[in-house]
Amino acid sequence: MSDTAAPPGKGARERLQRWLPKLVLSPSCVLILFFVYGFIAWTSYISFSNSGMLPEYTWAGLRQWSRLWGSWTWGIALHNIWVFGLLYIVSCTLLGLLLAILLDQRIRAEGALRTVYLYPMALSFIVTGTAWQWFLNPGLGLEKTVQALGWESFSFNWLIDSNMAIYTVVIAAVWQATGFIMAMFLAGLRGIDGEMIKAAQIDGAPAWKIYLRIIIPQLRPVFLSAVVVLAHLAIKSFDLIVAMTGGGPGNATAVPATFMYSYAFSRNEMGIAAASAVFMLAVIAALIIPYLYSELREPRS
Amino acid sequence: MYAKMTRTPLEWLRYAVLPLALGVAVGAHAQDGGEVEVLNWWTSGGEAKALGALKDGLAEENIGWRNMPVAGGAGTNAMAVLRSRITSGNPPTAAQVLGYDARDWAERDALANLDEVAQSEGWDDVFPAAIQAFAKYDGHWISAPFEVHSTNWVWANKAIMDELGIEQPESWDAFIASLETAQEAGYTGLAYGGQSWQDTTVFENVVLATGGADFYRSSLIDLDPEALDSDTMIETFDNFRELLAFKDDNSPGRDWNLATAMVINGDALYQIMGDWAKGEFINAGLQADEDFMCFRTPGTQDAVTFNSDLMIMFDTGNAQQQQMQHTMARIIGSPDFQIAFSQIKGSVPARTDLDAGPLDACAQRGYAQVQSAAEHDTLMGSLAHGYAAPASVKNAVFDIVASFVNSDMPSDVAAEQLAMAIRGATS
Repeated sequence: MSDTAAPPGKGARERLQRWLPKLVLSPSCVLILFFVYGFIAWTSYISFSNSGMLPEYTWAGLRQWSRLWGSWTWGIALHNIWVFGLLYIVSCTLLGLLLAILLDQRIRAEGALRTVYLYPMALSFIVTGTAWQWFLNPGLGLEKTVQALGWESFSFNWLIDSNMAIYTVVIAAVWQATGFIMAMFLAGLRGIDGEMIKAAQIDGAPAWKIYLRIIIPQLRPVFLSAVVVLAHLAIKSFDLIVAMTGGGPGNATAVPATFMYSYAFSRNEMGIAAASAVFMLAVIAALIIPYLYSELREPRS
Repeated sequence: MYAKMTRTPLEWLRYAVLPLALGVAVGAHAQDGGEVEVLNWWTSGGEAKALGALKDGLAEENIGWRNMPVAGGAGTNAMAVLRSRITSGNPPTAAQVLGYDARDWAERDALANLDEVAQSEGWDDVFPAAIQAFAKYDGHWISAPFEVHSTNWVWANKAIMDELGIEQPESWDAFIASLETAQEAGYTGLAYGGQSWQDTTVFENVVLATGGADFYRSSLIDLDPEALDSDTMIETFDNFRELLAFKDDNSPGRDWNLATAMVINGDALYQIMGDWAKGEFINAGLQADEDFMCFRTPGTQDAVTFNSDLMIMFDTGNAQQQQMQHTMARIIGSPDFQIAFSQIKGSVPARTDLDAGPLDACAQRGYAQVQSAAEHDTLMGSLAHGYAAPASVKNAVFDIVASFVNSDMPSDVAAEQLAMAIRGATS
């Protein structure tokens, strides 16, 4: 059966039906191809060029990459993203799970509580960062208030201590994202078959064992999604740090994203900035691609 | 100009929106009467007022003014906007820039030649060589200098000095001793803003005070590796550490004007900061020598570390624009404007042949010191403000100095790291 054999009117309509979705989608495909993949390719090329204040296209091989890895701040930024990322992912996941389990006990006013926990996610990172900066600033917030209440020796100056400042960023970030992770786990918990839990209860298993052996293992896909969502949020983290510490004290809270911005826009080192951007992209891709692959494949099997 | 080095959320937003807004605004070009478009980051009250002097001067010549302010301290945002304007082939008539930025654009042949104006106005004879080094490129004038700011100033609270019987210190040791006196009396010795450009502003003062002008030049301007990783540099870091003991614990992230306010309010004895700090005292209704003191950082009396705003003009290939650019350059370089501008902005004139009579007491002394430093070749560019080394080197120094301030890094490690970071930035 071929198109030529069909009546002309019907063939044209069929062809149109076949092509219409492609036609409608093609502009956005072209735009994405250009503005996403095109610029990824451009940035990658820039990272191998001599670009300084402006893009230049002379090939410089690995010069920018070796300067990137020789840079003092880049070392700090990588160390910070490790500390921040690890603590952020682990704390958010554990706290989110705990809150979800507690909320799942058929308590009163669950809807209201759930909304309260979710609210921080509605704020932008800039707002979170600024609010926490005020709160943790020793001369303005917590420390001053507690001292004014009479506990004179109380001290909490992590925000201005270069060894501890990165942990204040973790606190603020965890505060913001925990509610969202909680919602993910809550949805997961609601999806678990109640019969299995009843069966376990009849067998006389204690509640903690039911959670540990039956419920939490079934939440595996939620864990995976939570970790992937948190990991890419961690690597992208920029506005929270800029608002809270500005990368300081000194460079104590520099992360790859602030590093990239500073090298591209205030240091006239576009090549190094591009190299760091490509590096970040590679790390995110290493996390996201296997995840997407497993997610998109599952329905077929 | 140094309004705020940490960016507030609003400024980030502005940064994101501005290029779009500009793209729309650029549609209309110079009109019949002639109009200049001037990119700058002079958005605070005093700065905007100083710029108004130029606007008025142009109005007298029937030249219109289109202001293009891009907020954000030290002009990082402004430079990003400028870059996008020039790469898209649509440069403004002129832009306010600092030292190495002017050179970067000159290297790319983007700038108009101002030799004609410079010759008829005799600029070669009236501007000091240290400023000509930035205002000229390859022997040709590429910019008109507005003023000279210097960074080796101490601002002191006179009431505290009188109360504790502190005389104006003339040596580094006396300086430290007076800080100790203040600290013992319960005052904060040094009002300090913990931002990397402020850290480095104080640091370059200590370099100059410890090693003298020659050492400053060889280490921070010539970037001589031997000077950078030398015993003198280790001693510099030792002195710096000694000085840092007099700041308060709450200094990290503090804006410079808040540190100045500590001196004004009588909480702190000294602040080491450029002469833009004077504006804060004047705005608070205080009088130089009566309510507050200004003196060169002890040990640096014979030298001046400066920065200077330059107006660069872009090569637009349009005869009318060129005519207006020349007029603007002539106005900026003229004696009347130089005095009027500095009076408002708190700086001193960039040309050294003027009568300082109309300036305030601090500026009069500062002007005499600039004149003498220019004569003795000790007028040197400030590293923290982009007049000693390119942006990449400047920021590499910021990294190390800020890390030193915020940790207990030993001095020898700091000197070694400094040499290494500068090598990395210049490789």
